[in-house]
Amino acid sequence: MERFAEIIAAHAGREGALLPILHDVQAAFGHVPEEAERAIAAALNLSRAEVHGVVSFYHDFHAEADARPVLKLCRAEACQARGVDALAATLPEQNRVKVETVYCLGLCSVGPNAMVGGKVHARLDGAKLAALVESLA
Amino acid sequence: MTVTVRISDDALALACGADEVAAAFAKAGCTVERVSSWGMHWLEPLAEIDGAGYGPLTADDVPAVLAGTSPLGIGPIAEHPFIARQQRFTFARAGKTRPLNLGDYAASGGWAGLRKAHDIGAEATIAEVTASGLRGRGGAGFPAGIKWTTVAKAKAAQKYVVCNADEGDSATFADRMVMEGDPFMLIEGMAIAAYAVGATRGYVYIRSEYPHAIAKMEAAVRACAHIIAPFVLEVRTGAGAYVCGEETSLLNSLEGKRGEVRAKPPLPALEGLFGKPTVVNNVLTLAAVPWILAHGGTAYAAVGFGRSKGTMPIQLAGNVKHGGLFEVGFGITLGELVNEIGGGTASGRPVRAVQVGGPLGAYHPPSDFHLPFDYESFAAADGLIGHAGLTVFDDTADMSAQARFAMEFCAAESCGKCTPCRIGSTRGVELIDRIRARAPRAADAVERLPQTHNARKGARTLAEEITLLEDLCETMKFGSLCALGGFTPYPVLSALRHWPEDFGAALPAEAAE
Repeated sequence: MERFAEIIAAHAGREGALLPILHDVQAAFGHVPEEAERAIAAALNLSRAEVHGVVSFYHDFHAEADARPVLKLCRAEACQARGVDALAATLPEQNRVKVETVYCLGLCSVGPNAMVGGKVHARLDGAKLAALVESLA
Repeated sequence: MTVTVRISDDALALACGADEVAAAFAKAGCTVERVSSWGMHWLEPLAEIDGAGYGPLTADDVPAVLAGTSPLGIGPIAEHPFIARQQRFTFARAGKTRPLNLGDYAASGGWAGLRKAHDIGAEATIAEVTASGLRGRGGAGFPAGIKWTTVAKAKAAQKYVVCNADEGDSATFADRMVMEGDPFMLIEGMAIAAYAVGATRGYVYIRSEYPHAIAKMEAAVRACAHIIAPFVLEVRTGAGAYVCGEETSLLNSLEGKRGEVRAKPPLPALEGLFGKPTVVNNVLTLAAVPWILAHGGTAYAAVGFGRSKGTMPIQLAGNVKHGGLFEVGFGITLGELVNEIGGGTASGRPVRAVQVGGPLGAYHPPSDFHLPFDYESFAAADGLIGHAGLTVFDDTADMSAQARFAMEFCAAESCGKCTPCRIGSTRGVELIDRIRARAPRAADAVERLPQTHNARKGARTLAEEITLLEDLCETMKFGSLCALGGFTPYPVLSALRHWPEDFGAALPAEAAE
């Protein structure tokens, strides 16, 4: 609870503070816990439903915890044109790494692309993608 | 004396291994400067030594480059045909300056536009932008001068300038390249807009998928806060919602709400962020402004084609041999872009389709290659230039699968506010699945939704299903509140029109017999 209060206080007085607060909570806890929603709602004079409505609207915020490392694989049109669907089919079934789909990392001329943490990877093929998953697992 | 090597630190270069190459040059005793990207993406990581380029490099290639024996040399970069053919206004500094170096920026003409604006006054500043003919580069193509005039004339204690940097369209990376390669130019454009309309606060709303752009913009805003004062600028991060690229959704998101579309009117120019008059412009629109002020609106308008004035940073992407950023005056043809500049497909197979304008843009067959690249010509051909991204597909592309993807994307990203978009896109996926189930193709790599209860097999003929799909698209086109639902029919209908065989329908020529 103290950590929530700190995060909220760090954004005190900002216009439209809800998204920056949620980003910080998500970064600190890996998800937005129910208690955080209550604390934020009280601090910003919103209903809890309003806060939850925002959490559930955006792909970046998660109500449930998931400790697995995340690999974001771009499956937008430009990567499709460069064979990402066939590439994704080569990924072995595994549960240690969470493979998320993103629509566009802005590296559209050198796809297929993926992002792990803040690091971007281009020109992926089966071997590179498998190595990337292996490095996380 | 030590050799100076210039290598980009743009996200695309990093993704291709630029850091490893830079480290190898540094280890070999070179001085390494990290600059913006030239935009020749097939050559990244690209190193420049005394004006000559080498790429694409790996760390292993470094000794040969330094020994002068590398086969990866491309000669003087500035004379490379890909660069020499361009008219670089917005990307004049690309490849040449260090993105966060204020000295580099000022030495290359930076802040001249803002100084000019202050010299001639707010009204004359807007007059220059109006004279330039600059239209919103985010896709809608609305004249920037008119938008600014509306905000300038609005009476309010607080006004805002918001930069829409939520470009989530596949095949469009020019915004990212501006923010990572020339952030001060974008800030200068915003400062000019703020001065012109009387705004004192501004926001750059950047999509969260661009962490490198966010970091660069935040650092750049800190570095030049004293130069743009009293204008106060802040960077805000989106949260992974495509629809927030729509200006009213973006405003709601900035206010801390769900990114739902607002009905217009009221226009954001009159009641925008927190209900106050707001200029909302895209990155490329604002980035074009410093050049316009520094060189004059008429100089900008002298380039272009018809009612599309100035230059457009065109993004060549997808299955293309020479992908990258190509800035040129409007009017170049689609075929020149794809075949001459892009070099055709990367796979070496024939081009089957080119999607122009991102996920909401139409798919064009090679028979459209004569089209001049401008707003009106593409509208007349049932397409749009959108954000000027070109995604090239070779002949292995399955066009009914691409149409299905367009509907699926819309269903996943719909804000849910209006029924045609929210329900129509889901029904569109089901409908295309039923059509595809009757017209199976060998190259079918797309996941299918399970058959739903209302998908009664045989209830309608294939022709009836296709008519229904066209009907649904009409409803979405005219009934949706914003471009997401309203433009999703472009990729769907264009695929159906140009490649009916992928939907199991007879080719037009056969049908006529």
